[in-house]
Amino acid sequence: MTERLLTTSKAIAEAIAQEMERDDSVFVMGEDIGAYGGIFGATEGLLQKFGPERVMDTPISEMGFIGAAVGAATEGMRPIVELMFVDFFGAAMDQIYNQMAKIPYMSGGNTKVPMVLMTAIGGSYSDAAQHSQCLYGLFAHTPGIKIVVPSSPYDAKGLMTQAIRDDSPVMFFFHKGVQGLGWMTPNPRATAHVPEESYTIPFGQADVKRQGQDLTILTVSLMVHRSLDAAEKLAEQGISAEVIDLRTLVPLDRETIVNSVKKTHRVLVVDEDYLSYGMSGELTAIVAEEALDYLDAAPKRLAVPDVPIPYSRPMEKYVIPTVDRIVATAKELVES
Amino acid sequence: MALEKETLLNLYRNIVLIRTFEERVGEMYYEDKLPAFDIAAGPIPGEMHLYSGQEAVAAGVCAHLRPDDPVTSTHRPHGHLIAKGVDLNAMMAEIFGKKTGLCQGKGGHMHLFDPATHFGCGGIVGGGIPHAVGAALAIKKRHEDRVAVSFFGEGAANIGAFHESINLAAVWKLPVVFVVEDNLYAISVPKEASTSVRSNAERGAAYGIPAVQVDGQNAVAVYEAAKEAIDRARRGEGPSLIEAICYRFRGHFEGDAEGYLGADEKSTWKEKDPINILGAQLKEQGWLTDAEAEAIQAEMTRRVAAAETFARESPYPAPEEALENLFA
Repeated sequence: MTERLLTTSKAIAEAIAQEMERDDSVFVMGEDIGAYGGIFGATEGLLQKFGPERVMDTPISEMGFIGAAVGAATEGMRPIVELMFVDFFGAAMDQIYNQMAKIPYMSGGNTKVPMVLMTAIGGSYSDAAQHSQCLYGLFAHTPGIKIVVPSSPYDAKGLMTQAIRDDSPVMFFFHKGVQGLGWMTPNPRATAHVPEESYTIPFGQADVKRQGQDLTILTVSLMVHRSLDAAEKLAEQGISAEVIDLRTLVPLDRETIVNSVKKTHRVLVVDEDYLSYGMSGELTAIVAEEALDYLDAAPKRLAVPDVPIPYSRPMEKYVIPTVDRIVATAKELVES
Repeated sequence: MALEKETLLNLYRNIVLIRTFEERVGEMYYEDKLPAFDIAAGPIPGEMHLYSGQEAVAAGVCAHLRPDDPVTSTHRPHGHLIAKGVDLNAMMAEIFGKKTGLCQGKGGHMHLFDPATHFGCGGIVGGGIPHAVGAALAIKKRHEDRVAVSFFGEGAANIGAFHESINLAAVWKLPVVFVVEDNLYAISVPKEASTSVRSNAERGAAYGIPAVQVDGQNAVAVYEAAKEAIDRARRGEGPSLIEAICYRFRGHFEGDAEGYLGADEKSTWKEKDPINILGAQLKEQGWLTDAEAEAIQAEMTRRVAAAETFARESPYPAPEEALENLFA
């Protein structure tokens, strides 16, 4: 029997469709999410299935419709809102950072905001500084938002289902290069077996994608793919890398991270977000706090070196971690 | 208003130049991207939003602007920048991501900045509207007679920045003109599904500023409305809004399947091609022959080809240059 294959974008759309069938309070809003099916395919087919009452194209009014999702969620609906590119957060930041994230806490837990804010991230296709960012670190920084960053079709479906059922606000970051879109650079890992039946993946459970002995690579999203490619090359050179896909940054699976580092004694964080004050700093701090005595070398970080994403291809390749640079950095780490 | 021959011919030349530039970029964009379209491949990677069809708006407005009049634009900026008088070579080189480009390869097609023509644009919808207000504020503070213009789409008129900016400009009586290019769609969402009024010109009343709707395919109509608004601003009499109804001939971006369009919609609009409309007006006056129109086209094709050659032959920036220009 051949396994059913889905792209990540179709897996997300299927998760949403199944939850909409299961729960009348789930609805979707965003720019071009209706007839167009979402610029990155995450809502493909939903309008045809559920109609415009539950699959609502919005004006370009991010503050308005994300704020409206907060309001609808406080009244017991379960909105899923798409922010087309995460880079567009600015127009809606008060509603995300000060309202969605803080109302549950400020209300002493009495008011729930069960919504999902899903958004596209990532570069490596020359879309420049305002359409290529990841920014999950920015949103993970403020307390009150669960942060999901899937790397595969299977995880995307299970984590999206979990996100919709969660009573807290969840931000779901899908990478354009992981969606399996026909117009992006082909990525074989963006299409994989996804079960038809509904399932959930609990938050806060990292996935050890590859077992290794010599170093631990901590990463998410498209960088999982590049790290796995790098691990393959490292293996040819006799270096055994363990690759851990964190899958959710909030909550974070500290135990899996710390246990891996205790085994390998070396850690490299590969992050497509900015270097400073972000995911790579947080993870290396945790390793220092909880596994310092096990380290044989100072942790290393590969991330965007604190510049906006440049347009021109040679410069963009220089700032976003590549397979070759992951290999080189891992070798430095192991040889140090 | 009876326009002079030279004025009309300049509009025509500008429109033909923009169209020629856009159509050539549109061809080059697909180099090495096909047969399986890969947005990251080819000499011009990334998204590409072309201005073909809307040229009369940029040309008609910018005809009244001096190089030192600030202009803010959008993710579809080429037409405005060409009409403003940019160095075509530097602009094309930027689109190719070359070191000789306007932004040394850091900006690309959506992020073109040209201090020589006081021009800026960006990829965030509505992002440039407050900048034009700020430029106008600077002009007013310095008691200058310059005028700021902000171009944006009807989609941007539903974002908070539009409303806050117009109110500020009206309260402070700033020399700024807001040009809403209503090309009927915000990507796939039609205006009637996104906008509570039939015309964004009606929104001028909400902020107490003059606002008019014009036929954006007709360069003369745009020119005349823009003259009134820009002259008013230059006289220190405050902001205005122009809504130009127009149409994008190539969809939202290259690769847009345009499944949201009505049957025959695009072909109907193509009958209102701004080049043909203005060309007919010129010919009616006896100011343009077919041979002259061909000569103008040939000249613009040559200019665009020269910019292309310059861009192709220019070097890429060194990878490490990515780390430069973060701070002044």
